[in-house]
Amino acid sequence: MNLEPVIGLEVHVELKTDSKMFSPSPAHFGAEPNTNTNVIDWGHPGVLPVVNKRAIEFGMKAALTLNCSIANETKFDRKNYFYPDNPKAYQISQFDQPIGYDGWIEIDVKGEKKKIRIERVHLEEDAGKNTHGDDGSSYVDLNRQGTPLIEIVSEADMRSPEEAQAYLDTVKQLIQFTGVSDVKMQEGSMRCDANISLRPVGQEEFGTKTELKNLNSFNNVRKGLQHEIKRQEKILNAGGAIQQETRRFDETTGETILMRVKEGSSDYRYFPEPDIPNLEISNDWIDDVRASLPEMPKERMERYVKDYKLPEYDAGVLTATVEMSDFFQETVDHGADPKQASNWLMGEVSAYLNSEHKELHDTQLTPKALAEMIKLIADGTISSKIAKKVFKELITKGSDDVKALVEDKGWVQLSDPAKLLPIISETLDQNEQSIEDYKNGKDRALGFLVGNVMKQTRGKANPGVVNKLLKEEMDKR
Amino acid sequence: MAINEETVKQVAKLAKLEIEEESIHTFTKELDRIVDMVEQLEELDTEGVEGTYHGLPQKNVWREDKVQQGTDREALFKNVKTRKDGYIEVPAMFDNGGSEA
Repeated sequence: MNLEPVIGLEVHVELKTDSKMFSPSPAHFGAEPNTNTNVIDWGHPGVLPVVNKRAIEFGMKAALTLNCSIANETKFDRKNYFYPDNPKAYQISQFDQPIGYDGWIEIDVKGEKKKIRIERVHLEEDAGKNTHGDDGSSYVDLNRQGTPLIEIVSEADMRSPEEAQAYLDTVKQLIQFTGVSDVKMQEGSMRCDANISLRPVGQEEFGTKTELKNLNSFNNVRKGLQHEIKRQEKILNAGGAIQQETRRFDETTGETILMRVKEGSSDYRYFPEPDIPNLEISNDWIDDVRASLPEMPKERMERYVKDYKLPEYDAGVLTATVEMSDFFQETVDHGADPKQASNWLMGEVSAYLNSEHKELHDTQLTPKALAEMIKLIADGTISSKIAKKVFKELITKGSDDVKALVEDKGWVQLSDPAKLLPIISETLDQNEQSIEDYKNGKDRALGFLVGNVMKQTRGKANPGVVNKLLKEEMDKR
Repeated sequence: MAINEETVKQVAKLAKLEIEEESIHTFTKELDRIVDMVEQLEELDTEGVEGTYHGLPQKNVWREDKVQQGTDREALFKNVKTRKDGYIEVPAMFDNGGSEA
């Protein structure tokens, strides 16, 4: 049987607010366990959760970026579940009136573009974090309890693990540009569950799906789906039936393991959250939030191609992250030639970041310094060879005044003929054979002489000027 | 009969209640009567009455995103039976088995 995978993803994104979704305790990562919580997070009797307005705004930003409609009337609901990561025994979420609905994004798999529909974007609170000891106990830290989250639910529009990965990449990129989240899977500020089923090619009806959890990296999303496709294929091809269940991806074996047979949604006994009045979102507010959205990667990319004449590929690389794109823009705004700025960022800068496993903000390089260096290369103050040294200095130590730095270090290129001529005469005196070779049309001789002068000046001479002077001097002899 | 014994067992399970086998029959009868009573509401003519989504008339009650220090851990931990290094210690769980966030 020729089977086709049908994949939908549920992506959770932590919103970068200062305080929690329904309480004023700090929503920051990395504090001592159970110190960033309060009686509201613990669900003590008589406490009143109150909505964080910025979380609503952030949720709207994310939803609008994913081309969703925003609900004018929306509300919170109580989802009951019993587990130690949430002492309230319920999660405040949104059930039948999510803040965003009917969105879509465009993904690109090896040049092939496809629209993936987004069913809904809803707001909710995160749960605490459990650590599992090998001593028969688990340990609970409630600092994360109550951190604002959005859940982005796609339609089952993806047909391969590669499409699922492209979808995740795009969601991450778009959300990152809005600045409402760090969207880092390795830190847990972006998490992904997948629903996957198989059906015979050509059949419209979906097969029975399983839900995959613990897909905690982009690679694991792909690997988990690949394994689950194989597992389901084997069962179906042997004439068996898929059981609707939740499975967990095991990183060490690369396999999916049964966690539990799925409860029905009715087991959550959703009901309208009585502590939180409904929300009414006006069209004016929606328009304001829409207007506050930054320029998105696609628009930036088009502008780089049109205004800066960059190749589409380069523009794509530069807009892959908001950090790179902002850095490029500021470098250009500081007067650097866009093509040169792009070359440096895609070349030396990216190579450095990759080899050091760093991100731009971990380095000392600033857009201003990069722009100054590019201008010094353009006006001949430094050679492109020396520029590599300057660059190393700028990215590891930084500088407010690149011109002063290269002067201090003695890196200024020697272009003054009055200073170069004595060295050139000396070189020519010592290499009469080369002069003869040059006059007999051997171009290599000229290269040898240039190299010699460069050596004498310890690389500081301007090769263009040296070239010209050498020719002139030899013609005189 | 809107309520049967299976429903009672399921509701008890979700509510983490242990019910003795001999009480199930009693609860089934009692819950069924309660549901019957509530179902009397269906006799009312609600034609043209807008649905209620919430019991409160207020809208848009929210706060600005301002941080306040968390409650003192020692105070919160007065209700914690077992603890270790600032964590709440609980019987071992399956990996994220029940977390729904």
